[in-house]
Amino acid sequence: MKPMTHTGIRPKAIFFLLACCTLIIVSFASLNLQFAAFFDQGTLRKMGLFIAELAQPNWSGAFWLKLLPAALETLAMSALGTLIAFVLGLALAIPASKRSLSGFSLVRSSARWLLSALRSVPELMWAALLLISAGLGPMSGTLALALHTTGVLGRMFAEALENVPKDNAFALSVRGISRSKIFFFVQVPQIAPQLVSYTLYRWENNIRAATVLGIVGAGGLGQMLSYYLSLFKMPETSSILLVMLGLVLVVDMLSTKIRRMLA
Amino acid sequence: MLPISAPPAIALQRLRDPAWPRRLTGAIVALLILWPLFEWTEFKIWTLWGPESLKQTGNFLASFFPPKVSTDFLAEVARETWRTVAMATVGITLAIVLAVPLAFLSVRVLSLSALTGRMQFLPAAVRETVRAILIVLRSVPELIWALIFVRVVGLGPTSGVLAIALTYAGMLGKVYAEILESGDPSNSQALMRNGAGRLQTLFYALLPQNADELTSYTIYRWECAIRSSAVLGFVGAGGLGQMMDASLKMFDGSEVLTILIVFLLLVWCSDMVSAWLRKFLS
Repeated sequence: MKPMTHTGIRPKAIFFLLACCTLIIVSFASLNLQFAAFFDQGTLRKMGLFIAELAQPNWSGAFWLKLLPAALETLAMSALGTLIAFVLGLALAIPASKRSLSGFSLVRSSARWLLSALRSVPELMWAALLLISAGLGPMSGTLALALHTTGVLGRMFAEALENVPKDNAFALSVRGISRSKIFFFVQVPQIAPQLVSYTLYRWENNIRAATVLGIVGAGGLGQMLSYYLSLFKMPETSSILLVMLGLVLVVDMLSTKIRRMLA
Repeated sequence: MLPISAPPAIALQRLRDPAWPRRLTGAIVALLILWPLFEWTEFKIWTLWGPESLKQTGNFLASFFPPKVSTDFLAEVARETWRTVAMATVGITLAIVLAVPLAFLSVRVLSLSALTGRMQFLPAAVRETVRAILIVLRSVPELIWALIFVRVVGLGPTSGVLAIALTYAGMLGKVYAEILESGDPSNSQALMRNGAGRLQTLFYALLPQNADELTSYTIYRWECAIRSSAVLGFVGAGGLGQMMDASLKMFDGSEVLTILIVFLLLVWCSDMVSAWLRKFLS
């Protein structure tokens, strides 16, 4: 018996490995990384002190009372941002999906381009850009989350709309039912489970993003975190980190529960 | 042949949504729940159209055009773009170095004691501990790791690289373990039952079985790391993010636009490269 040969795969794999190694080596060489400084005695001691301080959160009631509104703000930012993105994403998914073969390809490609641009810019970058017109505070953060998530959800919704079985819509359209009625009473209910589950999944993502948006001044827990961290107040920082983790866990649980309920 | 006739049109005025009272109540309840959300996020969207804000936005947007294309600025942008890519690459390399051993430690398929009944206490405890470490690593966003490292080692790419390494190690480790456990375990079980060690089983059964999926997930994460690395610049890790942060603080719209365009091109290119690589390898 002839042994198995991999002649089709090997050159590819070798080429890929070589390319990877080159990229990695050039990256390491060009960055001027200071790992030596990172692992020297002084830095390691500083790191140890840092961690020791982080391990003692501030449990005082007064401070946690201050944390509560920030936590609510973060939660509200993530929820509202996701909700706005749901509406805008659905609105943009209609022109972006290939449902009819009519000649509106210009509309379609521009809608797709817009969605792609919206999702390519990360939330934090949107927040930094929006600060100029929306000012410091949670509104910029909410809008930033909404814009990025619109790009993500719009593309997913467009794909869902394209893959929906067309029989029902066709049956109604030959009877003269208007396109908007078909959209709301046939197509949306058909893809509703997908819509809801994608949206909940993005909400889980957005609560994580919302916690850090404050670092550029867009409200929520992140703003408090960067404030206390810049003052080197580690116990407070540690409490804020705990609340962030708690929020993420709560949202994950809620979203999983809702998804199970709907499934 | 029968003549094709249009089906009778339904009298449109009689078509009413039978469920409208329920939908209306639902909408009102939803709005009542939404109200506090708008309050808490200080969501006063109309302020965006206020004369003061409009003027500011208009001025800023007007300063976007034309984008700055002077040679030395473009050269700087190119340098920072490369730094962003390099930070992502180094970060993900370190993340792989961290994630691979953690993933192997936590994979249940490689348990010898689980071959005959339940896993023993100590191995099970080790696996759960490693899983917990992975959870902690990935639940702290890379930006917060970076903020902490920036305080310790100062500004620069080192903190950015470490931040990416830690968060992505958590993600990669978890997914690597999931991929390794998702396949058909019969091959690895057969090897171990016949006396192969865990490392041998890993190299001769698990890895060949799942190599495609592991590679393609890693490439996908590299693409994500490029976006992360640009964002990390906002806390001082260098790269495109830091440039954009500086330009934004000086309200220099033309610089912002150039950086934004270059960033979008970078994201789209990495998207294309990653899609092409995954197709090329499969």
